[in-house]
Amino acid sequence: MTGRPRVAVITFPGSNDDHDAAWALGAVGADPAMVWHQAEELPADTAAVVLPGGFSYGDYLRTGAMASVAPVMDAVRAFAEAGGPVLGICNGFQTLCEARLLPGVLRPNRQLEFVCEDVTLRVENTDSPFLRRCRPGQELVIPVKHGEGAWYADEGTFVQLAARGQIVLRYVDDVNGALGNVAGVVNAAGNVLGLMPHPEHAVDPLLGSGDGGLLLAALVDAASEHRLVAA
Amino acid sequence: MKAVVMVRPKDGILDPQGDAVRHSLRKLGFDVSGTRVGRVIDLELATEDHADAEAQIRRMCSELLANPLIESYEILLEEA
Repeated sequence: MTGRPRVAVITFPGSNDDHDAAWALGAVGADPAMVWHQAEELPADTAAVVLPGGFSYGDYLRTGAMASVAPVMDAVRAFAEAGGPVLGICNGFQTLCEARLLPGVLRPNRQLEFVCEDVTLRVENTDSPFLRRCRPGQELVIPVKHGEGAWYADEGTFVQLAARGQIVLRYVDDVNGALGNVAGVVNAAGNVLGLMPHPEHAVDPLLGSGDGGLLLAALVDAASEHRLVAA
Repeated sequence: MKAVVMVRPKDGILDPQGDAVRHSLRKLGFDVSGTRVGRVIDLELATEDHADAEAQIRRMCSELLANPLIESYEILLEEA
């Protein structure tokens, strides 16, 4: 099988970074496919899934709560459980937590202010397929823009996740009150990543930073590998 | 039957919204030492059976209405 791997980008009502994500994925070698939230299946050749940023369903109830039970999520869950790479960015991270595909939950920022700025992240685990293009301890500059980004889990879960290397990205400075300055976590199998910062907004040094491209290109690598395994 | 679900941040969970409301109440001159903000969901169910209603609502809470990591909930069933 040759050519660019297909990466499904899910659009929920209120998603607003879906087209940016698709553009950025195209820029790092993917063949992005937009998928509507009411779809019951992913495109047949889907090799990775991205849940984009935004304000799905107007953030009703809790951020990501409504999106987590959208029709398309059954297919996303099945894809993830089959080992397919899934990336949730910002609202996508919130949605994956609410869907219990990732541990923890995103709470309102402690300072109750929307944060919109470039932040510095530290890479905690380069064994994760999403961070294979980074060096251990590397610092990445990627923007955040969220009001509910304070990741939280109970102490026991947090300690366990850290011990297992599932906390893959941390903020260097306290951005939002997240427990342990956690910016990104992976599931136990390692094929699902959620993070609050927006790698799709950091793929060109001319626009501030190209560091997000390291994460998205690694997702495309993982997608290519998954396509070979699934074929 | 009608039912009310009250969802609250669990004890010990930081509630920045509640803190902000408390600050504003104090600014208005009220001597409030604690404020927690939750939400109320009014439900109208097809069933008239209390046990059935409660069982359904518990499932609703676990699947959507509350996040057990950070929220607790209380169910009030309207007496017929």
